[in-house]
Amino acid sequence: MNFSFQERYRAGDSLLHRLDPRIKVVVTLVLIVGIVMTPPAAWPAYALLWALLGGLALLGRLGFWRVARTAGLALPFSLAAATLMFTTPGNEVLRVFGLVVSDAGLARFAAILLKSWLAVQAALLLAMTTPFTDLLWALASLRLPQTLVAIIGLMYRYLFTLRDEAERLMRARAARSGSLANHRSGGGLGWRARVAGGMVGSLFLRSYERSERVYAAMLARGYTGRMRALDPPPLRWQAVVLGGVPLAALAIIQLLAARWWA
Amino acid sequence: MLPILALHIPDGFLSVPVAAAGWLMMLALVGVALRQTRDQLGERQIPLMGILAAFVFAAQMINFPVAGGTSGHLIGGALVAVLLGPWAAVLVMTSVVGVQALLFQDGGLLALGFNVVNMGIISAFVGYAAYAFTRRMMGETFAATAVGAAAGAWLGVEAAAIATALQLAISGTSPLDVALPAMAGVHALVGIGEALITVGALAFIRQTRPDLLGQPRGAATRGAGWVAAGLLIALAVTLVSPLADPNLDGLERVAEDHGFSEAAQPPAYEILPDYTVPFIEDAALTTIVSGIIGVLIVAGIGFGLARLVAPRRKETTGAG
Repeated sequence: MNFSFQERYRAGDSLLHRLDPRIKVVVTLVLIVGIVMTPPAAWPAYALLWALLGGLALLGRLGFWRVARTAGLALPFSLAAATLMFTTPGNEVLRVFGLVVSDAGLARFAAILLKSWLAVQAALLLAMTTPFTDLLWALASLRLPQTLVAIIGLMYRYLFTLRDEAERLMRARAARSGSLANHRSGGGLGWRARVAGGMVGSLFLRSYERSERVYAAMLARGYTGRMRALDPPPLRWQAVVLGGVPLAALAIIQLLAARWWA
Repeated sequence: MLPILALHIPDGFLSVPVAAAGWLMMLALVGVALRQTRDQLGERQIPLMGILAAFVFAAQMINFPVAGGTSGHLIGGALVAVLLGPWAAVLVMTSVVGVQALLFQDGGLLALGFNVVNMGIISAFVGYAAYAFTRRMMGETFAATAVGAAAGAWLGVEAAAIATALQLAISGTSPLDVALPAMAGVHALVGIGEALITVGALAFIRQTRPDLLGQPRGAATRGAGWVAAGLLIALAVTLVSPLADPNLDGLERVAEDHGFSEAAQPPAYEILPDYTVPFIEDAALTTIVSGIIGVLIVAGIGFGLARLVAPRRKETTGAG
């Protein structure tokens, strides 16, 4: 499994938790765009951006360091950008196995790492302070197609149910996969893959048949092809003002970066 | 699968214009997919797509040991495309990738557009096209289904990996001559795992519920060949054009060979990140934009043609 299956939402009553989810979604997206657009060599800007995100983490009582640590989860991907250190022309700073690491290359690589890490922190702030159901109606009122939102909503409802099904399948496989030490057991790669394939097929049928039962139950309750939801509450001007604060900070950081640190 | 080799691009690795192009492409094709699956499934669309999205999410947990501590697991686009048609697969995979980004920060929010395009749209359509082609060549036997699904699963993963490498290269995050062989090479192996699991799952379903294995028809596959062709052409165009343009990496190698790199100054940075070589910016942008316009035109033509050929079915009502 290459992702943690734990929900990141932390129940709480902070200002960040109570803020209108529509505002939080928009602010998060703008923050991420801002982070990605930061000029690569504007190092003070990165420090300020981290301070901004850290401040928001404290405001949400999420823990400055915990958010920063959790945001490291995307860092392994950065190997994809590691070659920039060697291929960007610049002054030599280091030699690794005869390959020249240039200062400009190192700077570009570090900038990509920092941007990725900061952007994950912004996304984490949203996920940690907003229940997924709130996120869904916020996305719907931000003009995401209603049907897609309904599909994702149903997916979320059954995500953990089907995760448990998958875990039962894997426990059953593990229970039947005894082996002696120093003894090869089971078949080759193709056999192992076919076993996993059978489990996936079994899970598919369970899911498919569950969807038929769910559909019948929905029909029994008057489903006509449209999901009905309460109207979203009106957007209050206080929320808009609050959302404007981090965006103003972002604008100032970007202005400074473009003016002096680029 | 090692996380570094995953296809989920985090934020920071795609430049803003590239990411925006991905979002546009995703929105356009997901819009079509919503309409097509509604024509096909009627009011069953929401429960079936939602629960199958949760299925793909859970099925990705089921892994099997490959070698040296690595393990293979399913991505799932091709399997769903074979069972329910490519448009349904687009919706299912869009929901999966979207929830992975929103809930688990697996893949970025700004990069979500291309993550959906790569893992949801490209793998579903390329996989389905290979599957349908094989069945047309070999007939309607289970052997044809198995071979077609295996080819589709492998090609779908490979096409998604190549697309990811291209997007990283256009963003200036990873030179194409490194990213392309690395991504394509690793995913040639990952694709074998995908193919084995997909065929294993289909074999199981054939024994238990053979009625589900009838090839999807009608709205489920409308315009699939056109979209797949468009995506492949767009991939080929983007693959060729950065190489035909002043070759960034080649240029650098020459500079290093001749010792120019010692004299090179750190470039003056622009507001747009990573566009450290100004002349590549326009070429790269035109390339993506032209690729996207190409895809949209082809998808539009395919959609229109299919509309003309196949009279629109009435939405099903009632019966469960």
